[in-house]
Amino acid sequence: MASKKVLLQNINWCKGCGVCVGFCPKQVLKIEDDKCVIAYPDKCIFCKQCELRCPDNAIYIGGIDNGL
Amino acid sequence: MNCNETTKNYYRVDKLPHIWCPGCGHGTLMNAVVRAVEKLQLNKDDLVIVSGIGCSSRAPGYLDFNTLHTTHGRALAFATGIKLANPKLHVIVITGDGDSSAIGGNHLIHAARRNIDITTIVFNNNIYGMTGGQYSPTTPYGDFATTSAYGNIDKPFDLCSLAQGAGSTYVGRATAYHVTLMQRLIEKAIQNKGFSFVEGLSICPTYYGRKNKKGDAFEMHSFYKNNCVDIRVVEKTPEKGENKILIGEFHNDPKPEYTESYQVIIDKFQGMGGN
Repeated sequence: MASKKVLLQNINWCKGCGVCVGFCPKQVLKIEDDKCVIAYPDKCIFCKQCELRCPDNAIYIGGIDNGL
Repeated sequence: MNCNETTKNYYRVDKLPHIWCPGCGHGTLMNAVVRAVEKLQLNKDDLVIVSGIGCSSRAPGYLDFNTLHTTHGRALAFATGIKLANPKLHVIVITGDGDSSAIGGNHLIHAARRNIDITTIVFNNNIYGMTGGQYSPTTPYGDFATTSAYGNIDKPFDLCSLAQGAGSTYVGRATAYHVTLMQRLIEKAIQNKGFSFVEGLSICPTYYGRKNKKGDAFEMHSFYKNNCVDIRVVEKTPEKGENKILIGEFHNDPKPEYTESYQVIIDKFQGMGGN
């Protein structure tokens, strides 16, 4: 069975700058207690804007489809 | 480690998170460097990253290549030594605006003049961030810094024009927002056999942004999004470039490379059989 894409984060590396929150086209993310949290993972369209722009490599798309 | 494959393969993940402030554009630009290296599928052992001193120059500490953190402004001098000692290596210099154009200004122009095969990537944040926000040679006229409390009266360098004027054979500019363009420029710069210069306009929300009321990191990214125009667009319709920051590939004109010219001299005299 093909694995699904998922939005993942490394909360220990996140500095809460809010760049990912600003560029997310679907408002999936928000800042809580100076850290980014994935508030609405179901709305994610895996566009990778957050992964591309995060200065801290703290958010990324994982579980990439294995081609099956 | 909880991160993507690129980070796992090319970073010293045990050294992360990095020292840079929240929202600093340097992290994004460093990622562009890594993605360019990944795209070109360069062997990690054939790549050397050299840096000087400053915020930008912390980058090699986090990258899993052969890395060298040198003295202030002298990254290009060390890089020249590395390239001459082993011309097979790909040498990338990561430097800042102050490190490359103030403290290391002479090294920059002469490395460019020689056309030695080094890829210089400048993370330009318009300020000396690490030492507390003093104005740098690229702080725009009239802008504020801790040492220009009434506005900066120095005119800024156009680093790309400087590098091109000094003889650099590949010159380009992108920003922390235009990160895919940055990656493409770095790829071409690494492939260029000669001195390549890529300026990455970074953002410094902590000092430059705060002193000049530029907003948070997202607003500073948005400024680049709304105020940068690709040089190819301006060549077709010049009025679109008015009061805008030009980005893109400015100059690509290969010329004889320094270490190759040097090897020709070595071969000539070794061929004479004097020993």
